[in-house]
Amino acid sequence: MSGSGVVTVYGNGAIAETAAKQSPFSVKVGLAQMLRGGVIMDVVTAEQARIAEEAGACAVMALERVPADIRAQGGVARMSDPQLIKEIKQAVTIPVMAKARIGHFVEAQILEALGIDYVDESEVLTLADEENHINKHNFRIPFVCGCRNLGEALRRIREGAAMIRTKGEAGTGNVIEAVRHVRSVMGDIRVLRNMDDDEVFTFAKKIQAPYDLVMQTKQLGRLPVVQFAAGGVATPADAALMMQLGCDGVFVGSGIFKSGDPARRARAIVQAVTHYSDPEVLAEVSCGLGEAMVGINLNDAKVERYANRSE
Amino acid sequence: MAVGVLALQGSFNEHIAALRRLGVKGIEIRKAEQLQSVSSLIIPGGESTTMAKLAEFHNLFPALREFVKMGKPVWGTCAGLIFLADKAVGQKTGGQELIGGLDCTVHRNFFGSQIQSFETELAIPEVAAKEGGPPTFRAVFIRAPAILEVGPDVEILADVPASSVITVSSHSSTEEQLESAESEQKVIVAVKQGNMLATAFHPELTADTRWHSYFLKMVPEFGGTSSIITTTGEGSSFYERPKIDLPVFQ
Repeated sequence: MSGSGVVTVYGNGAIAETAAKQSPFSVKVGLAQMLRGGVIMDVVTAEQARIAEEAGACAVMALERVPADIRAQGGVARMSDPQLIKEIKQAVTIPVMAKARIGHFVEAQILEALGIDYVDESEVLTLADEENHINKHNFRIPFVCGCRNLGEALRRIREGAAMIRTKGEAGTGNVIEAVRHVRSVMGDIRVLRNMDDDEVFTFAKKIQAPYDLVMQTKQLGRLPVVQFAAGGVATPADAALMMQLGCDGVFVGSGIFKSGDPARRARAIVQAVTHYSDPEVLAEVSCGLGEAMVGINLNDAKVERYANRSE
Repeated sequence: MAVGVLALQGSFNEHIAALRRLGVKGIEIRKAEQLQSVSSLIIPGGESTTMAKLAEFHNLFPALREFVKMGKPVWGTCAGLIFLADKAVGQKTGGQELIGGLDCTVHRNFFGSQIQSFETELAIPEVAAKEGGPPTFRAVFIRAPAILEVGPDVEILADVPASSVITVSSHSSTEEQLESAESEQKVIVAVKQGNMLATAFHPELTADTRWHSYFLKMVPEFGGTSSIITTTGEGSSFYERPKIDLPVFQ
């Protein structure tokens, strides 16, 4: 029974031996399933966390600086101060997530010990390991990871990620990259669905993904875990666009607390995600939200592409 | 017959998929007027705070309370249980609005955070007697609430020994010490009162549909007229994509 879910094909093997008993993959994915149809907001203080909760966020992401500030200020972006994470955890009753640098499994161990609900192995923070991601099977705490395409998503799932978000381009307020990545993942899945079984081996090689997960994605017609959109969502319209493209929910980072009226905008984005297919509600919640974040034009060559930082 | 599933946020897709496996159509309920087209309602798992906020923004609470008061069958899983309870402890600062009606006290996030989430084989004598199958049910508890006390009219369908929960968590934090003190006895995780069913775990996340068919038997006109139902659902179905669902863990 334990962990015999479809994703954990190697569940009882060497990869997941210790972790599987205490926290089967179904329990890890379970929380992500509860977050579906919701908005996860980046917060840097307990006060912002409370604004997010009041607005109806289904979870908050604790980090030291929002992506827009990381871009503006530069320097090394790391895991946030555990003290701050504790304060945020005490301030709200909704799930609390936190970011760890890619490959920095000790930061993840610390976050697990803090008892937060989800770890985001995030390319927005400075990379700690250019070659390897965290072996997420070693943890009882579930992970969310970024992806730009189907191959990358399935590699992360094989490493143990229980939730996927498309990367987009964090801190820009520009949704173009997020759209590109969601389209890429969804398009590849649609191609895969109609593909001849004999051609799937080569397809798996081409996208550099584990064959068993490619086959499972083909059978399901979607990613085997919950898929959120992230990176550049700044308005209710952006959020509803992501939902209509087929995502299960949305991460909003700088878009809220870098805008004129955070509480109001947060609330509007939450409503837009719930009523994503109802243009009348979308029109109503989009009215008079104040200034959106200014954002960055991605055609400028000097803008660093966070999405390209890891494979 | 169609069953309404409150689709503000959370695992409503999973509930609709479980109903589909039983050959029953689930209708997503997002607005008060849509409630009139269904004879029963499932309130899914999710974040109760989020769902309460959304229900408040769109003024859904009066309609939901009316629905419960009319004695129509309602089932809440996890966040839905919190919604139905008369009293909830461990709420966010400032509290949240509840539908109420179920005479019990619920403790939010009773077992701790996600790391204390677990699954267990739960003994369900009442449901197994009606629906057959093995005497236990694979119950998935995700940041689950628990029922601390119930009124005289409430029938207890399942409970877990709280001691088994403690073994799951090995990390020490202040909350857990608090909990181990109060968890000597069993905690209630599934109850029934009149036409209200509530579970602290998530039957929609497993392939076992016995809880869903148990709930359907509480709906009087099972297989009744469906003339109204065809006109309901999303007004703008043009924007809808066929929803493909996540794998169900066997």
